[in-house]
Amino acid sequence: MSASGFQRPLGPVSLPSSMQRSVEHKHAAQAQVAWTALRERAHAIKARAIADLDRLLVRFEREFEARGGTVLWARTAEEAAALFVDICKRHGASSVVKGKSMLSEELELNRRLEGAGIEPVETDMGEFIVQLAGQRPSHIIAPAVHLSREDVGALFRDKLGVPYSDDPARLIAIASRRLRERYLQAGVGMTGANFAIAETGTIVVVENEGNGGLSAAVPPVHVVVAGIEKVIPTLDDLLTFLPLLSRAGTGQKLTTYTHFFLGPEPGKAAYCIMVDAGRTQILRDAKIRESLYCIKCGACLSVCPIYRRTGGWAYGPVYAGPIGAILTPAMLGVRHHGEPTFASTLCGACREECPVDIDLPHQLAYMRSKAVLADAPAARPQRATLRWFARAMRSLGMYGTAANIARAALWTSTWSPWKPEAIRAWTSSRELPRPAARSFKTWWRKRQ
Amino acid sequence: MIALFVPCYVDLFWPKAAIATVNLFERLGVRFEYPPQQTCCGQPAFNAGLWDEARPLAERFAKVFAGYETIVVPSGSCAAMCSTFYRYMDAGAAFADIGARVCDLATFLVERLGVVHVGARFSQRVTYLDGCHGRRELGCTEAAVKLLRAVRGLDYVELPNVEECCGFGGAFAVKFPQLSASMGAAKCSHVQETGAAVLTSGDASCLLHVRGLLERAGSSVRAMHLAEILAQT
Repeated sequence: MSASGFQRPLGPVSLPSSMQRSVEHKHAAQAQVAWTALRERAHAIKARAIADLDRLLVRFEREFEARGGTVLWARTAEEAAALFVDICKRHGASSVVKGKSMLSEELELNRRLEGAGIEPVETDMGEFIVQLAGQRPSHIIAPAVHLSREDVGALFRDKLGVPYSDDPARLIAIASRRLRERYLQAGVGMTGANFAIAETGTIVVVENEGNGGLSAAVPPVHVVVAGIEKVIPTLDDLLTFLPLLSRAGTGQKLTTYTHFFLGPEPGKAAYCIMVDAGRTQILRDAKIRESLYCIKCGACLSVCPIYRRTGGWAYGPVYAGPIGAILTPAMLGVRHHGEPTFASTLCGACREECPVDIDLPHQLAYMRSKAVLADAPAARPQRATLRWFARAMRSLGMYGTAANIARAALWTSTWSPWKPEAIRAWTSSRELPRPAARSFKTWWRKRQ
Repeated sequence: MIALFVPCYVDLFWPKAAIATVNLFERLGVRFEYPPQQTCCGQPAFNAGLWDEARPLAERFAKVFAGYETIVVPSGSCAAMCSTFYRYMDAGAAFADIGARVCDLATFLVERLGVVHVGARFSQRVTYLDGCHGRRELGCTEAAVKLLRAVRGLDYVELPNVEECCGFGGAFAVKFPQLSASMGAAKCSHVQETGAAVLTSGDASCLLHVRGLLERAGSSVRAMHLAEILAQT
């Protein structure tokens, strides 16, 4: 259990204020459109798409292949990574240029490529930095948000042997120059998919740096990795999703680039690896099915008061923040990935921000119930006390007893050096609540 | 008939909020009953993932309150538990229907009774700590603020970043004490910024946490439940 990240928050770093600014910026962008109506429509389209997933996926496969591409299916992350490595080997690729993809993190693609002697090259600026630093992304759309420009300047100086600079434009120029030759050398270019359009077999990728387009178009082989939940019925549906995604993600009206991949150019090859990796498991569970509607905009992370204080790594592998606290345990197993589900006050700020209106706080509560059933270590603290308390609440007599025990424990804790764990945790920063001399029940009884 | 539901922690830690609710109801001529068998709505168990333990309490709640059309509770959090989380736990259960009849105090006064001026007088600068469940699950913020603004003599100041969680979160407060305290500290500094003498809220639970932090910091800001202010004459 990776308890440390939630137990030792980063503290007053630049994260909260920059996140708050970005949220305000996004709200201004959202005010330009009929946000609520768009959001409801997006939720409805996703609900329909997920309900029709089997049909839409088959349709997508037919259309994608009609355009000269090949669709491959992977049940697990391992299978998907193996398929990817196979493609690289078949086409004799010794390096892969990669557009930004969170699914690639799920597949641990870089590690697996390296294991096969193939060099992965991250081309998204944030991912490039994170790869250079040997770290993992800490935010869905802003992978290096945990690093300051001074950090990046030092990193480039140490790893790339360039003079120190903390000027973002200069740092970007350094990275771009390095990457340019890598596009030309790479045998395979990889991108994720923001949307897979069933009716046309189109892969849609949005980005701001141009690296996604170059990764897809320059190498002789383009491999798309996409979660099966990315499929939507029609091109028209993009009229709903594109303005939502960019405004929720970065506060842009539209991203700088919106790529429509329509199949390979003559003499080139295109593949789409459609990945399950736990998604059908989520699909089977009506209580969390909605979490598959996620368009990975990162808005719920940026607004989350917990995420803002811990950063993304506290959440463990792949997806951070409220949506990650649902998806990661649902896909990788709640027993070992249960802690993030508890690291929430269920305040609901995430749901308010979500552009597809996913009921995140309720689903977090539900994932906790799964964590309890799986006897996840994260569910154990306070469990016995709360269970005892809940049982006591079943009768009025026991209610009185429980109240007296609470009174006694709180009173004892005001002078005794020994304190129950929960009281010690409370008093580390707060004064204890004082039980009233007379409960309401007693007051009411006396009054009648 | 209207029933008064007094959450377990209000009964134990903040009975003044419930007594004030009773006084307020009597002043407004609201006829109500307090079913004496009531205990806890099951929220602590539910939030901890102990749904097997929460369920019998939801069932018990439904039995105790079955005969009432409206159930008023001076807590946004417990109101949300009954009216929205019961349904999420099991939409088909009887407790989901009974739970839907639960209403927080501010919403009850403003929307059901149509009363904004409750006849209170309170000459203090007051700021309002919004409980997240009340705000986002129930949407009761506007009603609470309307009520406060209508109190004679009361100088209402909006809390900066009012929509940010105070970091209580039930067991969260002791499971992740540093995170909880960090969120609470941000809240406290906003409270201080307002220059308010009194911090109020519809949720005694959030108030217990923030009051504890304010006390530790030696602040002179007093914490009062919304009902206590509305009951002042």
